Amino acid sequence: MNALADTSEARPVAHSLYSVPGIHCAGCIAKIEKGLAAVPGIVGARVNFGAKRVAIDHFSELDIPQLQAAIGRIGFDAQPILDPQAEAGNSETGSLLKAAGVAGFAAMNIMLLSVSIWSGAEGATRDLFHLISALIAIPAVAYSGQPFFRSAWGALRHGRTNMDVPISIGVLLVCGLSLFESLTGGHHAYFDGAVMLLFFLLVGRALDSMMRDRARDGVTALLKHSPPGAMVVGADGKAAWRDARALAPGMRMIVAAGERLAADGVVEEGESSLDLSLLTGESAPQSRRVGDSVQAGTLNIAAPITVRITAAGAGTTIADIARLMEQASQSRSRYVRIADRAARFYAPAVHTLALLAFVGWMLAGAGWHQALLISAAVLIITCPCALGLAVPAAQIVAAGALMRKGVLIKDGSAIERLSEVDRALFDKTGTLTLGRPEPLNLHGLPPADLPVLLALAQASRHPLSRAICRALEAEALCPIQLDRIEEEAGFGVRAAFEGRKVSLGRPASLAGEALAAEYRIEGPAAFVIRFSDGLRPDARATIERLRALGIASSIISGDRAEAVAPLARALGAEFEAGIRPEAKLDAVRALAAQGARVLVVGDGLNDGPALAAGHASIAPASASDVGQQAADMVFMGDSLAPVATAVLAARRTMRVVRQNFVLAIGYNAVAVPLALLGLVTPLIAALAMSGSSLIVVGNALRLRGAAR
Amino acid sequence: MTGLALLIPLALLFGLAGLAAFFWAMRSGQFEDLDGAALRILNDDDDKPAP
Repeated sequence: MNALADTSEARPVAHSLYSVPGIHCAGCIAKIEKGLAAVPGIVGARVNFGAKRVAIDHFSELDIPQLQAAIGRIGFDAQPILDPQAEAGNSETGSLLKAAGVAGFAAMNIMLLSVSIWSGAEGATRDLFHLISALIAIPAVAYSGQPFFRSAWGALRHGRTNMDVPISIGVLLVCGLSLFESLTGGHHAYFDGAVMLLFFLLVGRALDSMMRDRARDGVTALLKHSPPGAMVVGADGKAAWRDARALAPGMRMIVAAGERLAADGVVEEGESSLDLSLLTGESAPQSRRVGDSVQAGTLNIAAPITVRITAAGAGTTIADIARLMEQASQSRSRYVRIADRAARFYAPAVHTLALLAFVGWMLAGAGWHQALLISAAVLIITCPCALGLAVPAAQIVAAGALMRKGVLIKDGSAIERLSEVDRALFDKTGTLTLGRPEPLNLHGLPPADLPVLLALAQASRHPLSRAICRALEAEALCPIQLDRIEEEAGFGVRAAFEGRKVSLGRPASLAGEALAAEYRIEGPAAFVIRFSDGLRPDARATIERLRALGIASSIISGDRAEAVAPLARALGAEFEAGIRPEAKLDAVRALAAQGARVLVVGDGLNDGPALAAGHASIAPASASDVGQQAADMVFMGDSLAPVATAVLAARRTMRVVRQNFVLAIGYNAVAVPLALLGLVTPLIAALAMSGSSLIVVGNALRLRGAAR
Repeated sequence: MTGLALLIPLALLFGLAGLAAFFWAMRSGQFEDLDGAALRILNDDDDKPAP
């Protein structure tokens, strides 16, 4: 260990994060940590299992492809995480938890003292206990109350009010009055109530924030990332890795087969086919020759090409779509959450009540001291403890239930918005379909040929080869040993099997079939394997369930009408085909203008603006980064069923939220008259507050089975 | 009653010790990877703590 520390002092150590979605057991953790520690240049590695991430400390001369390759050699796919937020993101949860810890400590100790006061401590003992309570409570409120004070101040400064305004005023007023009571030997001090209130509310907020962290970590782990850089050919003819931000027009980059382009450009050397589905949504690869233009984010499938960069960074087509998306998402940021809508009525009502109580008791002849004490009791009893928990508690439980069903919720208001949708727009490729080719007629081959075919397919990274691998491996077939395997760019794979030539490659005659491969073995005639992009399981059932929920669905696709029509017929939905990204956005806006609340389900980059503009949006986990980031929710797995499940769960959640509001209002209807009559002692306040909070949380727990 | 002079500070001290332990745990990242911690115990060839 010492030796390592010495060398690391001499050389600069860098810290990088990699997303490794393949981690799923204790063995993986040990394998990655030990394997990486043994690589020269790596100081240490630490796996975060929950976030499926590896943090690597390494000497700075190791670059991204080298580290990626090091993880690859251990047997895992890794993607660099360049987002510094992913690392620092947990700080909000951390500070809320710390604040809740302090409030909890203070509440327990003050309660200890309060119990003896309630049991009848008198005179000097009571005064002493009140003073000690004040000594604990005031620093605790000063520390733990900050999240509320900051938010309330922010709202007041902009002339608005939110839930935090009555909380802050109530806590500060009650603490001030109780301090005065303690110093003058009064009978009632409400420190316990004030601190307990903060504790309950902080727990609610910490839970809310934890839920969002968890969902965000889950989404980060799924991101495939357009490549963070490219191999650039320098003036001396040598290729070197350059970060995407360092790319500039005029540079020449080499893009290997299986890599995504990091910038827009023109092909200078080579010929290949590219998967443009990220941009157009069309699944069939398109061929590109010298002189053709290519776009960042597209996937090079067949052969290495050299590209002269024409636009990089903010100038690329991808960046244009990102800007469109940013504008589209502004309508959503204007959405006001139900808790804040409630607070608009609630806060003024509470303040008026407290003021009326003060004025009323003054008129009735009570002293200003007693009147103030009663209005403080009104404030603390009406403080929206239950109301503040009503929404987050229900949403956390529902989000947990949905997460177990494979739906990650990225945004706090997503459940509210999803419960309101009455119209659904689906993308085709990758959303209704799986977005990957599936072989249709493998079993037309003699069974003895299948292991040979698998061995050939494993030798290539072409999407069709991979599709064959997936299909055959799912049948637990084992590949057979082949000799002299070679891959020829633009054709396919050749090898020898028991002295006979075998090959898997481009069909000799493309008889109008976009997706096909030819398997040839010396002797019998060639066999053409056909592929199609299969429909997701449960797609039809999902559309029907949505219809039963009163949501009409239609398909809106960038693909050709001939490709969309049969699918739309099979699903019984209307469709529009050949739609460009901007037109998709317009379609969503047009529906919204008619008063529809649109749920957008899509995956591609071309769906990004529409996803951002929809009232709510869902993307599959196989979606492009852009799609996942623009959507409110991401669902795992192949089946489309989680879409309908999520809508149903969201509606159930909002029903419980409304019940919780009714419960909270019912509690106030009982407690407020008592407070107005001056009957609320600190003991009653403490009991009422914790009682109502527990009822609301208990009601929210019923949502554990909401995602069925 | 004089017992209180000892017991109240003692109770506060214990409470503060718990709070300090919680703050230390937060700062040193004990809550960063709760699922991973549950699995790491299965790696029995680890004889010293990971870096």
